[in-house]
Amino acid sequence: MAKVFIYPATSLILSDLVARWGHKPLGAALAIRERIQTAGVESPPLQITPEEPKKGLRYAAVEVPSGVRGRMSLYGPMIDEADAGIIVNEADFAFGCMGCARTDELIKFLLHKRKMPLLELKYPKNEDEGIQFVRAVREFLESLPGGSA
Amino acid sequence: MTEYVPSYPGTVTKYVFVESPDTTPAELAQRAYEISEGVMIKETCFGLQITGEEGEIEKVIAVLRTIDPTHIFVKDRGFPPGDHRRCRANLGGARPGYYGHENEMRLVPFIAKGIAALDDRKPTSDQQKKSSEKKTGSDDEPLDIDTFQKIINQES
Repeated sequence: MAKVFIYPATSLILSDLVARWGHKPLGAALAIRERIQTAGVESPPLQITPEEPKKGLRYAAVEVPSGVRGRMSLYGPMIDEADAGIIVNEADFAFGCMGCARTDELIKFLLHKRKMPLLELKYPKNEDEGIQFVRAVREFLESLPGGSA
Repeated sequence: MTEYVPSYPGTVTKYVFVESPDTTPAELAQRAYEISEGVMIKETCFGLQITGEEGEIEKVIAVLRTIDPTHIFVKDRGFPPGDHRRCRANLGGARPGYYGHENEMRLVPFIAKGIAALDDRKPTSDQQKKSSEKKTGSDDEPLDIDTFQKIINQES
């Protein structure tokens, strides 16, 4: 079973397809859950403490806004941990403030920099594209070690 | 500073989305209650939220997936159900993250079509089994009209 980082990290479709064919999807929920399940000082809404931007320094320089570094403290360790990645480009819901936008760019950059197996796609707009999308994901997951695709 | 104590420490929460003409969230919830041992199940408009130990949740989800394999989608959730930071009952609007799900649920029929097209497994769902049991001819060939007439005569 390979650990597959998914982008957008909140994607239902990617998360399901990766798990459906025997691998572990690494998405935002896992990092959030880790913080929500840990006792400490209350820091709503996501239990992101002032320590997180410091952890983010591993992935972004000190002059990068703390919002980006804070987000990278969630995603960075998962990118390090991942054996492969699936990126859906131009996803309609992958937008946001400058913090989100710059973090998204940094995530894609780091995924490419790791030189691990990567699949880049776009979301389907009709049934034919849906079949191609699923086929591409399945073939990619089959090529990873330990998959049951 | 206030001390933070997690509501459900050591648990995992997963969404089960269903987008099917044959299966409703209520049916899924009923089946989940039948097979679950100690997990918390919350029925929603789009499916279920299941909270509990990871191993137990995986067992429940594995069974739920067999009900309608191409139309059930599963995803991790960071927060437990009803968490005051995310529950819309406290926020007064859609739950944060709902719009992302809403957007992707529009694409899910295309994905379901893709899974069905590539799915080379034998029928596993209860409904598919029932429908295949009722068939008397093979899957490839339509039932011969004479055979069909004989069956009608036998039944009447």
